[in-house]
Formats: sequence, C-alpha cells, structure tokens
Amino acid sequence: MAIIFGSGFAGRGLLAVALGLFGLTSIQAEASDQITFVSQGGAYQKAQTIAILDPAAKKLGITINQDSAPDAWPIMKTQVATGKPTWDVVDVPTGNCLRGGEQGLVEKLDFAKIPNAAAMPETYRSAYSVAYEFYSSVLAYSQKKYPADAAPNSWADFWDVKKFPGRRALRNHPFATLEAALMADGVAPDKLYPLDVDRAFRKLEEIKPNVTVWWTSGAQSAQLLNDGEVDMVMAWNGRVSALSNEGAKVAFTYSQGILQSTSLCILKGAPNLPTSISFLNEAVDPVNQANLPLHIDYGPANPRAFDTGVITAQRAAQLPSAPENARKQALMSYAWWSSSEGEAAEKRWVAFMQK
Amino acid sequence: MTNPTQDISLRHQRREQGLMLALASPALLVILTLVVLPVGWLGWQSIYHDGFTLENYRRIWSEDIYWRSFLLTFEISLLVTLLALLLGYPIAYAATIVSKGWRVFILALVILPFWTSVLVRAYAWLALLQRTGVLNQFLEYIGVIDEPLALVHNSFGTVVATVHILLPFMVLPLYGTMQKIPNELMQAGASLGGSPSHIFWRVFLPLSLPGVLAGATLVFVLCLGFYITPELLGDGRTVMVSMLVSRNVELYDQWGAASAVGMVLLIAVFAIFLVVSRFIALDRVLGQK
Repeated sequence: MAIIFGSGFAGRGLLAVALGLFGLTSIQAEASDQITFVSQGGAYQKAQTIAILDPAAKKLGITINQDSAPDAWPIMKTQVATGKPTWDVVDVPTGNCLRGGEQGLVEKLDFAKIPNAAAMPETYRSAYSVAYEFYSSVLAYSQKKYPADAAPNSWADFWDVKKFPGRRALRNHPFATLEAALMADGVAPDKLYPLDVDRAFRKLEEIKPNVTVWWTSGAQSAQLLNDGEVDMVMAWNGRVSALSNEGAKVAFTYSQGILQSTSLCILKGAPNLPTSISFLNEAVDPVNQANLPLHIDYGPANPRAFDTGVITAQRAAQLPSAPENARKQALMSYAWWSSSEGEAAEKRWVAFMQK
Repeated sequence: MTNPTQDISLRHQRREQGLMLALASPALLVILTLVVLPVGWLGWQSIYHDGFTLENYRRIWSEDIYWRSFLLTFEISLLVTLLALLLGYPIAYAATIVSKGWRVFILALVILPFWTSVLVRAYAWLALLQRTGVLNQFLEYIGVIDEPLALVHNSFGTVVATVHILLPFMVLPLYGTMQKIPNELMQAGASLGGSPSHIFWRVFLPLSLPGVLAGATLVFVLCLGFYITPELLGDGRTVMVSMLVSRNVELYDQWGAASAVGMVLLIAVFAIFLVVSRFIALDRVLGQK
C-alpha cells in the first residue's frame, strides 16, 4: 500500500551510504539528514513534490522519503503505540493533528524554531500543527440550469427551492454541512462557532426533501454535477474547477464557502525530530507555498505566498485562501469539531440520515 | 467377530480421509491465517479495550441507528433474494431442459458478469439508469415520459444492481440441483397421466427445493455485507450495516466499536445458517461429492 517516491534522491542516498562506510559518526549524521514525509498520494502529492518537497530538500540538504496514506490517522496511532514510529511529518486533515495532540500522538511545536509558521495568522496553527494548504466546501451549480445573472450565491439561495428550483446534493457528512445550514439560517460566517447544532439540524430537515443525493466521495460530487443528476451541490472547489477546465458548464462561488485545511504535524518520538522541525519551516515558506497552486487547485496556507509575486492576480482570484476570497468565507474550526460537542454532533449525523 | 472385507474397506476409508486432510491442509492453513485469526482478533478487540468491556455491544443494543440499519439491511437482503429467485429459477430451469449448445450459452451469460468488477458494474448501472442515462433518454425519445424517472440514487437502483451482481449465486446452485433430478421421474409422472404443469409443481419443484434454499442462503448472506453498491447507487440515506462499520472506525477511534457491529452481523449470519441447516444439509448442496 505504501508508495515510496523519492527516486530522484537515489544519488544522494548512495553518497550517504558511501560516507556511512567510513564510520559510525557519519551514519548518525546521515540519519539526521533525512525525514519521512507522509501525504495523501495522487496528483496532490505529486504537485507538492515539485512545489514544496524538492525545493525544501535541496535547501536543507536533506533527503525526504515519501510515503502516502489516504487515511493516515489509524497508522499514526499504531506507529506511535509501537514506540518507534518510522514516519516523521504527516500532512493530514487538521482535525487529526488536534486529536493527535490531545492523545499525545504528536509533538508540541516550538514556533520560535519555525519562524515562517510563527508569522502566519494564529487561526491557521495550533500548539501541535501548522496549516499546509487550503481547500473549500463551496456552492457549485450547473450553468445550464442557472444563467450567470440568476446564479445562486449563498446558502440561503441553496435552501430557497422556490427561487432556485432544481435538484440538490449535499455531502453525507456533518463537516461543513452544518456550517452551511447555519449560514442559510442567517448566522454570519464569522459567528458560527460554537455551532448551534440543534438549529443546524432543524435547518437541514427543511432542505432534506429536496436533496436528491447525499454524496460520500469527492469524485461522486463531481460526477453528479457533470451528469446533470443534480443542479446544485456543495462540493470541494478543486473538484468543480477540474470539471470546468474539462469544459463542463459548471461554476461555483466562494461566497460563504467553508475554508478547510490540512496541516503538518510531527509524530511523537519521530526518528528525525530536529530535521523535521526545519522541514516544517521550509514547507510553509512563502515562496514554496506560492508554488503549490501553480501545480494544483489548492490554496497556499501561508498568506504571504500571495505577496511573493509568484501567483498572478488572475490565479489568486481562483484560490480559496487568497485574501480576497478568504474574506467571503467561513474558516472551519477544527478545535470545535474535535471538542466533545463536535464529536456529539458527528454522532448525530447517521440518525438524521436514516429518518 | 470381524469381517475381513469390512476391515479392509474401513482401513481404505481411513487412509483416504488422511490423504484428503493432507491435501486440504494448505487451504485450511490459509483460511486459518487469513480468516479465522483476523476475525478472532477483531472479536477480541470488540470486548477488550484497556480491560474487558461490553460498551461496544451496549451501544449497538441501545442506539436506534443500529436497529434501523440492521432492519433495513435484512429487508433489502430479503427483497434481493426474492427477486433473484424469481429471475434465477426460470434461467436455471431453462438451462436444464435445453440442448447442450444452448445450455453452454445460457450458463456463459450467467457467469460472464462474474468476471467484471463490482465497481464497474455499479457505474454501468449508473450510466444506464441516471436522469441523463440511456434508459431515461430512450423513454423520453419515444415519448413515454416527459420528465426523467428517478431510477438511481434511491433503494430501487440499489436493489436492481445488487440483484444483478448476485444473480449467478442463485442460478448456479439451482442449476446444480436441477440437472441432478432424474428425467425418469418426470416421464413416470407423465405415464401416470400428469399434465406438464402438474408434474412440474408436484415432482420437479419439490425436488429442486434444496437448490432454492442453497441459492437463497448464498444470496441473502452475501447481500447482508454489501457496501460499494448501496454507497454508489443509494442516495446516502440507505445506511446498510457495512456502512455503519466504516463509520464507527471514523467516529470511535478504535477498532472495537466497528468490529462489534461486524461481530453482530457475523453471529446473525451463523444463526441463519444454523436454522437453514436444520431443514437441509447445506454441505450436500454446496459441496457435491
């Protein structure tokens, strides 16, 4: 299952092994000059490799071994439980880092050693993690059904089945869906947390008869919109822009989108802790971060990336975390979702679906 | 007093059994390491988490969502079994009575979909049944409907695709039983003046019942654990037990909560086998000597 990248570092690896032959001390030096980095694979991991990982490895003079896991959380738990994790840095949904911090699975970070992260907005980091990239749960729609001058532009519009007749789909998960319901009910994007869970579920009951499908995978959300199975859907921005790049008549708005992130955190007892910390600093370096959206439709987590000149104004307008777009959206509070209230809300979901 | 011939045959039989056991041991080993041990481990986790606990089972007992999902899963499985039987019986019957060439053709059609992945078949049904799908477009073209029918993203789509996927598991045991029913019995019935339909209902059907039971059990049990099909063709509200298993892994952050759901389903399946085997020797129908 594990996909090991990093063939480009084979030369340096060989050199390190050759040096290692000369004595124990150089073996130790070699050991601290590498880290194992884990992300979610696919096009996303390839984009990072070009934009962030390769430049960071070059600058620090280290080897970055890559691994990938679509759901790293159970593996994180198992690795730390053995007392000898092999992974160092993981790129996971921010909630995993927070929960990991609570359960003693990840290292507490000293931001004095990570100046690039220290300069980021406080809401983009926690004691255990720093945001790595942003995506957004947005309102997407078919342009065939809704022409530009009569397109839905808020969750209130999504809920308004008279003004915007048509078939709808929402994600079969409380994350971002409860937030959307509350915004549809008139809660301001920056006043969402702590979520009024009862109110959110009440509002969802209202739209339920008009929701054709509750989707479970990003691919499904795109397919539903593309095939005309639904006219309006909450989907991840990257999925929708991929469709419109392929020529589908679909569009989305960042207005009232729910801004979500993955974060970097370091496993407790990571074999290469000091190197991992210097890697974290490079990973959120403004220029490296600015390179990411040149290769994939995700937004940099470090807002300073937009001041580097790497991202054109035209490209910035398409990205979820560009200051202009971020202002229109709600920032998901992973701290709330991993609180006991948040977990209770998550448990209510299936009961809501079954009724 | 010992009968020498009987003694020899008994020894032969023992030796044959020993040989069979030796031949089967690699397979048994595989089953032990890949099925029995993991299931045992999961079962253990469902009752042991920092000490013995029945918390995971208490939750299943006390929360409504589990009851609803188990009920829905059994309902869908029953419906699928019934439909598969209604569709499968005539196919198996036809394969029994036609000439050899036709029989090969019919059985090939039954087995062919077997070789296609479940995922691909689910998407194929999506392409056929969705609003802009082949069927709706055709019906609109010939003017039967004005608005596309909702054929997927509901339990209808789920059931159609599941029946399709499980049909071979119904047809093959049925065919296996039917082709062993001696034709002379039907001839005897005819010679005694029975009409074809009378012979079918009084002779053929009762003799084919073991196949019906075997096929129905297979389809029912397999359907209980379906995951991909309801996930892709349902509307999200069709929450089958398998989906609760995956949800519990996410929600409770430990394997025990999920494996408890799996254990309850497993026990339910064993209970079904136990009840069915009271009526029919399943091993005779499924594994013919």
